[in-house]
Amino acid sequence: MTRLTLGPILFHWPAQQKIDFYAKIADEAPIDTVYLGEVICSKRAPFFEQHYAKVTERLERGGKKVVFASLAEVMLKRERKMTEGLCDMQDHEIEVNDTSALLHLSGRPHRIGPYMNVYNEETMAYLAGRGATHFSLPIELPGKAVEVLCQHAARLGLSIEVQVFGRASLALSARCYHARAHSRIKDNCQFVCEQDPDGMPLKTLSGQDFLAINGIQTLSHTCLNLLAELDQLTDVGVSDFRLVPHTQDMVGVAQIFRAALDRELSAEDAENKLGAKQFPAPFSNGFWHGQPGHVRVGRSHDSPSI
Amino acid sequence: MTAPELVCPAGTPAALRTAVDAGADAVYCGFQNATNARNFPGLNFSTAELEKSVVYAHAHRTKVLLAVNTFPPAGQTSLWKDAVDTGARLGVDAFIVADIAVAQYIALNHPDIRLHLSVQAAASNPESIKYYCREFGVKRVVLPRILTVPEIRAIAGEIPCEIETFIFGNHGLMVEGRCSLTNYVTGLSTNLDGVCSPAAQVEYTQDVSGNTSTRLGAFTIDCVSCAETAGYPTICKGRYTTPARDGGYYAFEEPISLNLASMLPELMAAGVNALKIEGRQRSRAYVKKVVSAFRQAVDQVAQGKEVQLANLLSLTEGQKETQGAFKSKTWR
Repeated sequence: MTRLTLGPILFHWPAQQKIDFYAKIADEAPIDTVYLGEVICSKRAPFFEQHYAKVTERLERGGKKVVFASLAEVMLKRERKMTEGLCDMQDHEIEVNDTSALLHLSGRPHRIGPYMNVYNEETMAYLAGRGATHFSLPIELPGKAVEVLCQHAARLGLSIEVQVFGRASLALSARCYHARAHSRIKDNCQFVCEQDPDGMPLKTLSGQDFLAINGIQTLSHTCLNLLAELDQLTDVGVSDFRLVPHTQDMVGVAQIFRAALDRELSAEDAENKLGAKQFPAPFSNGFWHGQPGHVRVGRSHDSPSI
Repeated sequence: MTAPELVCPAGTPAALRTAVDAGADAVYCGFQNATNARNFPGLNFSTAELEKSVVYAHAHRTKVLLAVNTFPPAGQTSLWKDAVDTGARLGVDAFIVADIAVAQYIALNHPDIRLHLSVQAAASNPESIKYYCREFGVKRVVLPRILTVPEIRAIAGEIPCEIETFIFGNHGLMVEGRCSLTNYVTGLSTNLDGVCSPAAQVEYTQDVSGNTSTRLGAFTIDCVSCAETAGYPTICKGRYTTPARDGGYYAFEEPISLNLASMLPELMAAGVNALKIEGRQRSRAYVKKVVSAFRQAVDQVAQGKEVQLANLLSLTEGQKETQGAFKSKTWR
């Protein structure tokens, strides 16, 4: 069985935009699991907290499973409290993105998110022994390593998730680079990140598109796209396929991936349909192939990604 | 005040002897492979070299901490286990680790050897640190370079293990252990291969007007006029453009080094047990000068004297220094 998942919204979208987005996902998108929660910046969290109950209810009514994702970087008191509060929730599964959550969750079933460094089968088995049931793997893991992890996961009864669409998270920092770009500091950022709902573009001095900034997070400029690799992923045993939300037509993106997983669309037709969505950056799949993450392997007729 | 341990870089056997002679309480080093986070050509130790070096260090009452602090990829954990077993056989005083599987292996097979949690594990809060202490018996955490001194003091009061902080050297901007920028550009991973901006993919090119571009893989990391010195193209120290700014700017940080010499009294009062100097990739001359200066400074602070620190600025990257995140939250 293959499941399509929607990762947490990484960017600072206004609350109403998120509410509308999730309503549309609930009603129209062929998505099985939705991850909610602020993963990047604790300062943004209060804007949406009061809406979780309604959004969760709406998504569940639409037949989606809701999982709450924990903050990826925990330093401050409020971030520690946020993480502890999240782990106290009993009615939904938690996706752990920082080891602090593990202290609270040990022994209880939980998921391990892509910000955790699970690179090998023994780390995976150790965490499984403490309650982890589902692993969303690090973005940079090559297909060969994913295959080994899937073999062990099958033996241990664990499920494996891989991101197949959206910008790739490349780094986290304590410094807010959005604030820095606007000559501010994190404590006085005035939420300038709201201006860039898919990330703030960074180009090199020779004019190449390079990275995208999202507060303390640095993402790829390219958009990860593993449509052509879906057969390989399913063959090695990946069961969950993650789409990272962008401002593009995510319902349409989900429909294309669903149809490709169900083999209702050929890889080529799916590619063409996704291409027509006009994501404002080239696609990449390098990490999966053990190549530089920005490259696109196997589509020599495409223009280079830089 | 008890003087904290001065933990010094040993990229080569010669640098190790230099650091020991200059007054290091402990040196840290790694093997010549992907098991440590400074897997650079020409650096690190063979088994025979480490064996001799441990004998030398111990004869001078200096501890040897072995960095086995990268993340083994699936199916390849044996290289990391071999590194651990070899280190144990040679009598290292502690292992510095980041990966859970490696930590577990040491806890089970070498329970008498101290376990230090590497900065690569990115444990930046008491709960994360307590988790590693509870699960693996970690004796010391190396804190990420993202905390202020008051925050470090608060953590010290809440955790059951020692604290080590960086005081000098490279000032990494991204949370260590959580950065795939190098892999995005070069196909080599900092976490898996132990490399950051690998030299084999670095290129310096000069145009007709004398401007030098520094490139890593396919990307320009910086471009300087003939009047400036071109730095090493580390992605997080490069200049880029964005619509909100006019012209190129250091989107992450300038090429700058961490120097906490003037904050030693505060750090020691905050309960820091060990002070770490970065720079396994640096020369013996660097190691000698920096270690000697900090040896003197730490002893002075411990004796309640004013710090008289030799000028270390000429050794810093880009000849600029910062107190980074340690001084104030405004750095963030």
